[in-house]
Amino acid sequence: MKDAIGNVQRVVVLGGTSDIALATVLRLAAERRGVQVTLAARPSERRTAAAATLQTAGAQVTEMDLEATDQVSYGRAISAAFDAEGDVDVVMVAFGLLGDSERAWQDVDAALELVQVNYAAAVGCGVLVAERLRAQGHGTIIAMSSVAGERPRRSNFVYGSTKAGMDAFYTGLGDALAPDGVQVLVVRPGFVRTKLTAGLRAAPLSQDPDQVADIIVAGLRAGRRTVWAPPAMRWVMSVLRHLPRPVFRRLPI
Amino acid sequence: MDDRRLLEGWGRTNPSVATVHRAGDDGDLARLVTGAGRRGVLARGLGRSYGDAAQNGGGVVVDMTARNRVLSVDTQSALVEVEAGASLEDLMRLLLPLGLFVPVSPGTRQVTVGGAIAADIHGKNHHVDGSFGCHVVAFDLLLADGTIARLTPDSELFWATVGGMGLTGLILRATLRMKRVESAFCLVDTERCADLDDLLRRMAEGDDRYTYSVAWIDCLAGGSTLGRSVLTRGWSAPLEKLPRRLRDRALDFRPKQFAVAPEIFPSGLLNRATVAAFNEVWYRKAPRERRGEVQSIAEFFHPLDGVAEWNRIYGPKGFLQYQFVVPFGAEDALRRCIEMLSATGLASFLAVLKRFGQSSGGHLSFPTPGWTLALDIPLGAAVLGGLLDRLDEEVIAAGGRQYLAKDSRLPAAAIARMYPRLDEWRGIRRAADPNGIFISDLARRLGL
Repeated sequence: MKDAIGNVQRVVVLGGTSDIALATVLRLAAERRGVQVTLAARPSERRTAAAATLQTAGAQVTEMDLEATDQVSYGRAISAAFDAEGDVDVVMVAFGLLGDSERAWQDVDAALELVQVNYAAAVGCGVLVAERLRAQGHGTIIAMSSVAGERPRRSNFVYGSTKAGMDAFYTGLGDALAPDGVQVLVVRPGFVRTKLTAGLRAAPLSQDPDQVADIIVAGLRAGRRTVWAPPAMRWVMSVLRHLPRPVFRRLPI
Repeated sequence: MDDRRLLEGWGRTNPSVATVHRAGDDGDLARLVTGAGRRGVLARGLGRSYGDAAQNGGGVVVDMTARNRVLSVDTQSALVEVEAGASLEDLMRLLLPLGLFVPVSPGTRQVTVGGAIAADIHGKNHHVDGSFGCHVVAFDLLLADGTIARLTPDSELFWATVGGMGLTGLILRATLRMKRVESAFCLVDTERCADLDDLLRRMAEGDDRYTYSVAWIDCLAGGSTLGRSVLTRGWSAPLEKLPRRLRDRALDFRPKQFAVAPEIFPSGLLNRATVAAFNEVWYRKAPRERRGEVQSIAEFFHPLDGVAEWNRIYGPKGFLQYQFVVPFGAEDALRRCIEMLSATGLASFLAVLKRFGQSSGGHLSFPTPGWTLALDIPLGAAVLGGLLDRLDEEVIAAGGRQYLAKDSRLPAAAIARMYPRLDEWRGIRRAADPNGIFISDLARRLGL
């Protein structure tokens, strides 16, 4: 159960090797000893390392296999996480692919892989998690969206289109679940220096996972439905969104 | 008619959604309990627990307030049998004219008898009369198997239920020993205390002469004025001590409700500046010393009941109450707690100190002999969580504990250290309810 201060007892991360998710869970684990964390991700050294980091921070970690392109796999992971002892306070939907943005609009396999992971699997997980949280009568879903979904840009519009779809789904899901005592927090970060963006040139207002995690935890505690990271992104995107197409297309972003 | 609703505690902090079932007769409740699903069943009264004690997310919550009849009254023995959903206000309205007063009254009349037993509530007379459970002669408990047990203080399950937070069964009816009074008024002595030493000395020396005693502390005062306070103590007023104009209506009980707080207050209204100003006025307006003032029961016991829904003034973020007890002899720990609160300046609108007498015998009953301090604190300050965690450590180290009916944030690991009889209680509960049908958000959070 989440307490009055906003401390949580059980967290499930879908996409358990995400840098932002790890930074977020580390903050939650720092508040109370013995926070239970389920890391669902492909088996990898990164997952093992993430589990070790959390254990050192005092969390009790369970690792679980998750293949986002496989409905059976994520269905099984979500069932197992919820069937374990104790209510789930927070589910973080943190898996995602950036892909090669030029290949993504010219190669059908590359395009559909992004759609499969970033949109279809995100929606599938959302449906399954929502059912379990409704039955509990409380809980929070943290959905990792992106500012890229706010207005498609020439430079990464396939990725942007998948995030636009998942963002719309989780925003609506939040309204659908409000009468069930379930909070959905949609997180829209700008450029974050993570493994996802390794090798890319940092955009303006770029940030570390730790900065995003601080914003997520504050939003979780305050019961927010949408947070932007950094918060100024909201206003930047609001301007960009209303620029005329010819101007927007020529921007070096 | 069952409906799914968001339920919250008085502090409005961590709500959850449950199916609310309006209590019917015993048969209806027995069917409900035996047909309970995986998320269980919990009784709820008037929702005055501050945290999640009367919530059961995803399960069934039984609204007991429809069962509020007084079943029998014996003015000779002062014994009354009442349904569990009857509020203390119901009892006062019906029984004060007969010269019978509730044996224990907390700071509000808006609690049910079932809740009063489940939390083993206390009042200003704890130092002489003990907690509510000390005045319960018997009650009917609906058990997990759908049967009803008539329990008396010679049974273990009775004491597992007194202070058991509703986790042993549904309390249906109770027989209480009421307190005989000649009037619905109190004679009150008020005195101002310059600092904590002054207050503790006056309480330790003088409390036993009074039936009722409580002190209000200005927790924002620090340094040499740390613990400055207003001490009010009194007795139920005998007829001959009342002014002539009140004697004809000595047993009239007509509490006034002055206002209903609207849902318009922002969070942060009660901050250091506003609370400091309030506290200053409260302290200054109290007389240095005043003896024998006549106050009505409502004025003396339930000043906050004059404003309905007063929890709204804390705004949408809500607030919590931190109430602990430390044993006599641990005055240093009490002082350090007040110092920590004073130093961080977390506004406490109400900080109330009182002396507890003997425990009732409930395994999880809160009151134990010592000093109890209760503070209301608005949510929002980032430092709050850490401060309260440090206070927990101070309280535990001193051999103290916190009140579950007020709790909304304790870590699960702290409970066993505060309640040494927890395992014994768990054994009795497991025997009575092996499948854990009676469950609450509080029980899940704390792993009770």
